[in-house]
Amino acid sequence: MDTPRKLNLRFSWEAMLCVVLVMSLGLGRGLSGEFLGAANMSNLLADFTEIALMALPMTLIIVAAEIDLSVASVMGMSSALMGVLWHMGLPMPLVVVLVLAAGVLAGLFNGLVIVRLGLPSLAITIGTLAMFRGFSYLLLGDQAIADFPANWTTFGISTVGDSFLPQPFILVILAAIGFTVLLQSTAFGRSLYAIGSNQTAAHFSGVDVARTKIKLFVLSGFMSALAGIIYTLRFSSARGDNGEGFELSVVAAVLFGGVSIFGGKGSLVGVLLSLLIIGVLKNALTLYDVSSEVLTIVTGLLLLSSVLVPNIAERLRAARIKRVMAAKAVAAR
Amino acid sequence: MHRNIKLLAMPVLLAALLSATAMGAGIKKDLKIAFLPKQINNPYEVIADNGGLEAIKEMGGVGKVVGPSDAGASSQVSYINTLITQKQNAIVIAANDANAVVPYLKKAQAQGIKVVTFDSDTAPEGRALFINQADSESIGRGQIQLLSKLIGGEGEFAILSATPNATNQNTWIKWMEDELKKPEYAKIKLVKVAYGNDDDQKSFVETQGLLQAYPNLKAIVAPTTVGISAAARYISTSPKKGTFVVTGLGTPNQMRAFVKNGTVKAFQLWDPGALGYLAAYAAANLASGNITGKEGETFEAGKLGKRTVGKSGEVILGPPTTFDASNIDNFNF
Repeated sequence: MDTPRKLNLRFSWEAMLCVVLVMSLGLGRGLSGEFLGAANMSNLLADFTEIALMALPMTLIIVAAEIDLSVASVMGMSSALMGVLWHMGLPMPLVVVLVLAAGVLAGLFNGLVIVRLGLPSLAITIGTLAMFRGFSYLLLGDQAIADFPANWTTFGISTVGDSFLPQPFILVILAAIGFTVLLQSTAFGRSLYAIGSNQTAAHFSGVDVARTKIKLFVLSGFMSALAGIIYTLRFSSARGDNGEGFELSVVAAVLFGGVSIFGGKGSLVGVLLSLLIIGVLKNALTLYDVSSEVLTIVTGLLLLSSVLVPNIAERLRAARIKRVMAAKAVAAR
Repeated sequence: MHRNIKLLAMPVLLAALLSATAMGAGIKKDLKIAFLPKQINNPYEVIADNGGLEAIKEMGGVGKVVGPSDAGASSQVSYINTLITQKQNAIVIAANDANAVVPYLKKAQAQGIKVVTFDSDTAPEGRALFINQADSESIGRGQIQLLSKLIGGEGEFAILSATPNATNQNTWIKWMEDELKKPEYAKIKLVKVAYGNDDDQKSFVETQGLLQAYPNLKAIVAPTTVGISAAARYISTSPKKGTFVVTGLGTPNQMRAFVKNGTVKAFQLWDPGALGYLAAYAAANLASGNITGKEGETFEAGKLGKRTVGKSGEVILGPPTTFDASNIDNFNF
């Protein structure tokens, strides 16, 4: 089917996100003179460190047409475990290694159950969402552990030298580069798009679907544990309820970034832009004293638009192609 | 003639001057004071914040209330950062987590912003003053004394608290347990502490669970306004209405119907509006340089009169009031 070239102008979600980001920054500048200050930029970036760390593997998972709703629970469990291990008297580097290992195990559990039982990840991870959160309450109960060593908690709240860049954000930058390379320029990344578009076809073209999926969930567990560690250090507070509800922010950021919930489509550039837009909007509106209820509505509207706009654009394009083809057919007759 | 007028005018002028200093007590005009509750829209916190706003208006300042819609450990942090950026003169906060907000409040104080906690304290380095509703000991003991009266000195009871990490709730429960050790309460038994997370639904379900799990339960003590009304609502529709005792800490407006229909005999609370009012005066006096938060300092708190700073920066509002059918109509909050 050779449609005229001009009709094939791809509707680029990323380009639109760039425009929205510039508009949001303009809005922020307009609403408050302090918005572009270094201190505020620093807060803005620090605010979504954990969400970003979990959104990176989530992008890969949703591209492969799966989902991991247990991320925030793994994060909370990691935070609680970190407190418990520290109170047992283990040295901090060992605590960090053990917590990351626990995150990997949690991810491996998710992956194995999904692959071995062949059940949808949505159902399984709703289950483990509750289960891992339960573990975190078992570990810490009603306590909050706050006596982490100062040289570690300083890392959580300091900036790089005299710049506005929060130290934990370096991890976000490194991880963003790593995940972008992984998704956009490796065979593993391409296999995710293949699985997301058509799992059976991917299987017959030689992709080990089961192994790939397990790897994804392990990666997600690891990153969620890392997010839990950073969060605990940033707030010097290990608690069982840390990060409760974050899974929705993570999924929202990924979908608003243009990743299709049906899999097979989307890019990390889009997700990173989406994280920035959500961060900028939230910060600017808070500075303007917009209440948190309205902020929730704004997030909801962003999410809705991410589902509706591409859909409407797709339909409009399909209708135009149909019209042009019909006109051609008439002319040919 | 002229002389006489001057002679007459002098004392009048002097009196006016004196009364002006006494009334204003040297509070700076146009102070920007922000209230940061644990959670906006929590009915108790709304009353406290309104009391604060009333005081700020009296003093000719600019007051506002900002805050998160969830009570997570970190959700207040971005608001603190915003208030720093907005260069407020003082922050009055009811902390969700005693430690998570401290590094950020320290940053605020380093930039000359005065910090007062009320209702729920932070670690002392996070603030200059803590405005306590009543000392925790008298609240905790008072709850057991009231309970004992209501159940006739014997039987099983359960506590329905807010979140497992709420500093104030946990301290009261500790004092309740201590009061229970006295010989006169030998026949009263605490069977369980349940947590409704300050969520109406969850508290309602927890109440139901307690009654099923402990068939001999005679009373529930809910030291949280959300918990006590949810428990009362459940009991008011159950056959145990009138015989089962629901008590704890609640607001008169919220509990009026339950007192009138016989579900609740008596409960306690201080006036949260006065608590916010006192906190605002404390913040304004700090910001005006009248006090620094040292033990023994005194300040004028409008209609509440002169107040003294106690040990470790604590200012106490006063003992709680017991509300029952005889006096509940005298209160409107």
